[in-house]
Amino acid sequence: MAARDAGADAGLDLVEALRIMIRIRVFEDMCRRLFARGRLPGFVHLYIGQEAVATGACMALRTTDQITSNHRGHGHVIAKGGDPARMFAELLGKADGYCGGKGGSMHIVDFPSGMLGTNGIVGGGIPIAAGAAVANQYLANAKVALSFFGDGAANQGVFFESLNLAALWRLPVVFLAENNQYTEWTRTGDLTAGEIVDRAAPFGIPARTVDGNNVEDVFREVRQAAEWARSGQGPSLIECVTYRWHGHNEGEEAFAGHYRPAEEIEAWKARDPIAALESRLLEEGTLDRTRLEALRGQEQDLIDESYQSALAAPVAPVEDALTGVFAQSAGRR
Amino acid sequence: MKDTYLVTAMRDGLAEAMREDPAVVVFGEDADRSVMGSTRGLIDEFGPDRVRNIPLSEATVVGCGVGAAAAGLRPVIDLMVSSFFYMTMDQLANQAAKLRYMSGGQVRLPIVYFAATGGAGSAAAQHSESPHPTFIQQAGLKVVMPSTPADAKGLMLASVRDPNPVVYLQEASLGGTRGPVPNGPFEVPLGRATIRRDGSDVTVVAVGRTVRVALAVAEELDGDGVSVEVIDPRSLYPWDADTVLESVARTGRLVVLDTARQSCGFAAEVIARVCTEAFSSLRSPPARVTTPDVPMPFAPHLERHLAVDGHKAKAAVLRCLQ
Repeated sequence: MAARDAGADAGLDLVEALRIMIRIRVFEDMCRRLFARGRLPGFVHLYIGQEAVATGACMALRTTDQITSNHRGHGHVIAKGGDPARMFAELLGKADGYCGGKGGSMHIVDFPSGMLGTNGIVGGGIPIAAGAAVANQYLANAKVALSFFGDGAANQGVFFESLNLAALWRLPVVFLAENNQYTEWTRTGDLTAGEIVDRAAPFGIPARTVDGNNVEDVFREVRQAAEWARSGQGPSLIECVTYRWHGHNEGEEAFAGHYRPAEEIEAWKARDPIAALESRLLEEGTLDRTRLEALRGQEQDLIDESYQSALAAPVAPVEDALTGVFAQSAGRR
Repeated sequence: MKDTYLVTAMRDGLAEAMREDPAVVVFGEDADRSVMGSTRGLIDEFGPDRVRNIPLSEATVVGCGVGAAAAGLRPVIDLMVSSFFYMTMDQLANQAAKLRYMSGGQVRLPIVYFAATGGAGSAAAQHSESPHPTFIQQAGLKVVMPSTPADAKGLMLASVRDPNPVVYLQEASLGGTRGPVPNGPFEVPLGRATIRRDGSDVTVVAVGRTVRVALAVAEELDGDGVSVEVIDPRSLYPWDADTVLESVARTGRLVVLDTARQSCGFAAEVIARVCTEAFSSLRSPPARVTTPDVPMPFAPHLERHLAVDGHKAKAAVLRCLQ
């Protein structure tokens, strides 16, 4: 996958941003179809509709920066430079999946790309990002840690505890709340007092609300927060307001009932972050129809080929289920 | 060799680990003042960057250990009292214990989670826990509990050097006991038991502070012509089943003393292993003396009533010999 460093030191390459967003969309759409056909075991939480957040944020980071993520993490993995073939392999329980089939959708880790873990526990990745920031600060390695978490996680105790610790120790960490409007199957406003963005002020942490469907806005805010952190100024909180087009998890129709107005979903679909960026690039003349179709085709091919290669790969051997709990080496590193 | 308090020996082991590796950092509740003695004086030698006071945000600090370890440090986290671990269970059980396995081995997490454990004189139910079976159950945490000052130091150094999360539990009631401790760095390897006293009639496996109870009973029964072997597992996960099985093969009898509650406790695991792997060598049913399945009461006489003590241990040994 392309290194992001070039983009991270300049402005946002909008065509590249569009490419990543389409890649996420196509990947997730494949997951949707596979789940519907019973091909994907376990839980699948799709990121469709939120692509601008992961893309803008990760393109504002350096390859060496770290992220933690959540159960809705496919987009974060791809945006940080993850390989869709190894992701599909993981979802299918294959040996060369990111985690050798031990993690699955909610636990993809891609350590070399700074992806310290998606996470099945809401809010679970927040302290881990703070801890990575502790290490970065101590090692003076100029790395920044960013935690993606949802609106539901903003009601977890570890969120407030992490804000306190990060402010106290001026940690190089960015807290990025993706407010997709729903905490599992309940409207977040019914469960959350006040605004998430306002929760940083008591700790003296700068905070902004951003249109999470505008990749440039996300990029700009995260860039600023990351450089603020990198220069030793400490943490920031960014609330990206967005919407998940799909349910909390695929297949929820079977048990969750109707909990979102159709008009609401349609209104947000009309604000599709990908369509908006495509229109803009076409209007500006940065892209023409031919190039746009080519780009879409390339990403579709990438995802199709990734899936086919994962499908053809050998499954994880059953013996592996019993190994890898502990690191064995006696060495200090 | 130097006569040292157990808590000081443990601290000395940590200091040795910090001297040999600048990646070792300590986050602890009142780590600078160290009222329990576990990190006392470390801030003077290593400075406030490496020895940090933490807010009472146990869950987040335990999670910070995961992130810091994943990003290159070897954090040692002092939560002071073992029941405070209950506030951290997501970060400890879902994150620290599982991240390596879930990631297919991509991550090494060299972390020590430390706390004083066990009853220490009318501390009441929320400060008298012996929660080690809870940690053993997680598959991904190593668990150690020393009973002597020398082991306290050697196990600390081994725990910090280990590339995995280790829950290091120090019996609160043993912190002020003294014993000979070798100078300089040395390891007591994780997962290896030691035979505290050789014997031929009955094997007593004793955890933490109950090792002293077992040794006193062994001494007492020696006068009656009963030879008791006392095994101190030191590491509770992984634990040294071989040493226990070999001992029971010689003695044919087994008693386990453990401060944890009875159901699904460490004693249950030891007895189950011996019964399933060496049943034919048993000459009588194994016995266990544990804390009953109740929270620890406050009043001194009530607490004493529940304690794993010499009286109960001796009765259990004699029952096995009948």
